[in-house]
Amino acid sequence: MNYNWDWGVFFKSTGVGSETYLDWYITGLGWTIAIAIAAWIIALLLGSILGVMRTVPNRLVSGIATAYVELFRNVPLLVQLFIWYFLVPDLLPEGLQEWYKQDLNPTTSALISVIICLGLFTAARVCEQVRTGIQALPRGQEAAARAMGFSLPQVYWNVLLPQAYRIIIPPLTSEFLNVFKNSSVASLIGLMELLAQTKQTAEFSANLFEAFTLATLIYFTLNMGLMLLMRMVEKKVAVPGLISVGGK
Amino acid sequence: MDFSDIIPAMPGLWNGMKMTLQLMVMGIVGGIALGTILALMRLSSNKLLSRFAGAYVNYFRSIPLLLVITWFYLAVPFVLRWITGEDTPIGAFTSCVVAFMMFEAAYFCEIVRAGVQSIAKGQMGAAQALGMTYGQTMRLIILPQAFRKMTPLLLQQSIILFQDTSLVYTVGLVDFLNSARASGDIVGRSNEFLIFAGVVYFVISFSASFLVKRLQKRITV
Repeated sequence: MNYNWDWGVFFKSTGVGSETYLDWYITGLGWTIAIAIAAWIIALLLGSILGVMRTVPNRLVSGIATAYVELFRNVPLLVQLFIWYFLVPDLLPEGLQEWYKQDLNPTTSALISVIICLGLFTAARVCEQVRTGIQALPRGQEAAARAMGFSLPQVYWNVLLPQAYRIIIPPLTSEFLNVFKNSSVASLIGLMELLAQTKQTAEFSANLFEAFTLATLIYFTLNMGLMLLMRMVEKKVAVPGLISVGGK
Repeated sequence: MDFSDIIPAMPGLWNGMKMTLQLMVMGIVGGIALGTILALMRLSSNKLLSRFAGAYVNYFRSIPLLLVITWFYLAVPFVLRWITGEDTPIGAFTSCVVAFMMFEAAYFCEIVRAGVQSIAKGQMGAAQALGMTYGQTMRLIILPQAFRKMTPLLLQQSIILFQDTSLVYTVGLVDFLNSARASGDIVGRSNEFLIFAGVVYFVISFSASFLVKRLQKRITV
């Protein structure tokens, strides 16, 4: 087991077409970002709706949202992924099933599964953050809005949500970063995102330390970059006069 | 859907569950031990130590667990060879345990740090006024109180770890999820076994977090 260090490996040809290993990483990063952003859009939309549902004064509505959160938080992500990838297509009506399994190319169907899976998984977490944000607001906000004759939807849309979102930017950021990290499970159903490309590079080039070091650096930079960006956003939209905001 | 094939497969599934629980327990014990050391380093007045611990936590929190598991699985044999100078065969199980311990330590470190910081400063001062050394103060005064306060958080993190053990699928270790997939494939009922696995994970995590919530209420009041 001799190991030959070679940090220049990324510029070498992979032997597949005219690609270098670096090209593989760039493709992989592209997939990772695409999966994460698509899943995040679903998570943010659905999570917000669920978060509002949990705070609405109606037992049934809030019960549904609570059940959703408990269900998606207590089943491991990988099990959920397998359910979306292997099980759900079998339950589709016949025509749709044929289209999904045969007409779509395998990459597209895996992509759809992983985006839905990650989106719904993260929605449960976003829901909890949105709920916390709404409940953290002073009670008077809702009461004042109702007293001024706002309907319940108007109270949420014009008064509660605009403030809640601005309070919960830090926890939302960490959920957003989690989506990027969690998207690595896509490698287990054959999508060539960052981790899968890294594994492939390690296998092809036998330079596994270099391969994984680069992947780590990419994830690390992505994390730090997004965190800094969100910190700037947070400062910009801070609600004046609330303690939870950066020491004001 | 026909779930009757699950009953004869129970012994295999139970072996898988034992593997999951072993991974979880070793990850928790090692993670908390390493995490506590890291937390003390982070709170230390020695800049080098606290920087190192800070970097460790930052590093492990910004990469996916799956990457750590895969990397360790491939890399640990090489590293061991460099250290010991000879080929030491180690299995996927050991490399996964090491990966969980090191990864979870970063998360446990943050919990322990917050716990220690939540203890009133006077405790430290009083212990030192009584002539206790730093080690004695931490071991006898601060940590026992801190751990009591942070038990719910540590348990919550442990439930997350319980779910995350399913990622050992990537190195082919037969944990509960993998044993369910394997037994399902053999009898051609993979969907039923997958649902069963999901239900089992759900029941365990849900009841555990329910108990943690009750504990939290009892502790805070």
